Amino acid sequence: MTSTTTTPQSATTAVALSGVTKVYGRGANAVLALDGVSLNVAPGEFVCLVGASGCGKSTLLNLVAGLDRVSGGQITLAGDANPGLMFQEPALFPWLTVDANVEVPLKLRRLPRAQRRERVAELLRTVHLADFGRKRPHELSGGMRQRVALARTLALDTPVLLMDEPFGALDAMTRDILHDELERIWSERKLSVLFVTHNVREAARLADRIILLSSRPGRIIYSTEVDIPRPRRIDSPEVAAIAAEVTERLRTEVGRHGQ
Amino acid sequence: MASDTLTSSARTDAEISGLDALEIAGRDKEVSRGARIWAATWPKLAALAIAIAAWQFVVWTGWKPPYSLPGPLEVGRELMTQAQGPQLWEGIATTLRRAAVGYVFSVAVGLLLGLAVARSTVLRAAIGSMITALQTMPSIAWFPLAILLFELSEKAIFFVVVLGAAPSIANGVISGVDYVPPLLLRAGRNLGARGLNLYRYVIAPAALPAIVAGLKQGWAFSWRSLMAGELLVVGISQTSLGAQLTYSRELSDSPWLLSTMIVILVVGLVVDAAFGAADKAIRRRWGVLDQAGQ
Repeated sequence: MTSTTTTPQSATTAVALSGVTKVYGRGANAVLALDGVSLNVAPGEFVCLVGASGCGKSTLLNLVAGLDRVSGGQITLAGDANPGLMFQEPALFPWLTVDANVEVPLKLRRLPRAQRRERVAELLRTVHLADFGRKRPHELSGGMRQRVALARTLALDTPVLLMDEPFGALDAMTRDILHDELERIWSERKLSVLFVTHNVREAARLADRIILLSSRPGRIIYSTEVDIPRPRRIDSPEVAAIAAEVTERLRTEVGRHGQ
Repeated sequence: MASDTLTSSARTDAEISGLDALEIAGRDKEVSRGARIWAATWPKLAALAIAIAAWQFVVWTGWKPPYSLPGPLEVGRELMTQAQGPQLWEGIATTLRRAAVGYVFSVAVGLLLGLAVARSTVLRAAIGSMITALQTMPSIAWFPLAILLFELSEKAIFFVVVLGAAPSIANGVISGVDYVPPLLLRAGRNLGARGLNLYRYVIAPAALPAIVAGLKQGWAFSWRSLMAGELLVVGISQTSLGAQLTYSRELSDSPWLLSTMIVILVVGLVVDAAFGAADKAIRRRWGVLDQAGQ
């Protein structure tokens, strides 16, 4: 039940969107959520989508993840990639331990038990939760749960990671540390990331490229490369300068809706 | 730059374990098993003592003659006598066998019906509200029809027990499936669970607390229907608990009547406690139960 077509692509694109349109409802009540969005994510590239409310950021990720169908245009994923999706909520299964949560995608791929155990241990080490495998999600803090969710998504062994404001519900300190973590995992595993946020500083801290979406309907109105050397710090002047520039554009866009 | 990266990553590791340690601290509170059992038991014992005292008080006021309302001592003595004879145990065995057969069948019907209605929009539109309507029907109102259909037989009781219990169980399944958080469904699908796997890995476990609640309610309905049935459909068996109630009333043997009622109450309480324990275990495991508030 997906219109995400999967065809072998040249090595220069991990995710390609061309003229993607999404309409909700029919007739007079139809709402245009996305209007002709075209965008390529290169292998190993970190792209942040920034926009105010109603710009269809989450819609876009759902479409790429194949959880919803496009109304027009095309989405292409390199190889047979099945992108991993992370939400603002960890969306862990509360009835399973941390170990068992991470194991779910491995079980669904029918990996043998010994191999699964090994992979789970490796993934939990990656997110620094090696000692917490037997806990249940409700026994962990918000930041730890989000790291379990990251490990579970990485268990899909997918080169493409879609993140829908994954750190939006965390306190600033935890968020800063998770930025460092995500940056490390992204570069170690050479992932292609499409990261949605309304936090411009977060985008400037993480992204190779920031793309600004307009609201109602969502269209790409601005795009900028961020070539600050890594590892970055969220409080560095370079990050602040990029954030200021993007914020300026974002405010102009929001102001347009007030008239 | 390289050494800079190294120190920064070592620092991040330390920061992460520091934060985790701070946030997890103080969450594990262990209360000893004995203390927990005592805390759960003494209020029940106190309530029981108060109830018996009130009963004895009413007997002492002479409101009713002792042959219609005997005191707790006399009933207790009768209960001890009953417990030594075969009649009481045969009664319990007969009644529990009927309860088990009727309930197991109700569970099968309820689960299948609930799953079918939850999955199919057509079925839901057709019989969804009828299931709720069936649930509101007092089971005793089914007996005249059941007796017409099956005469004064065990089948009539079985018919009413299933009609009483199956709708509650079906409703539990339906609401359980309906209230699976959509976010968990999206996560499950993204992790590769489609079709039956989505049921196995996400929907069934997420719906389990509601299903158990439905099973518990279904038991309450089937137990009540069974008692009503045994009172009405006497004669087919001398020994069931319901039949013993009827006979004791006919013989004006009030100690026997009251001791049989106590047995019925205790059986109901024991089964209810078993369901309660299962429900609590599930909710604790699912993390819905406040650990401090239990």
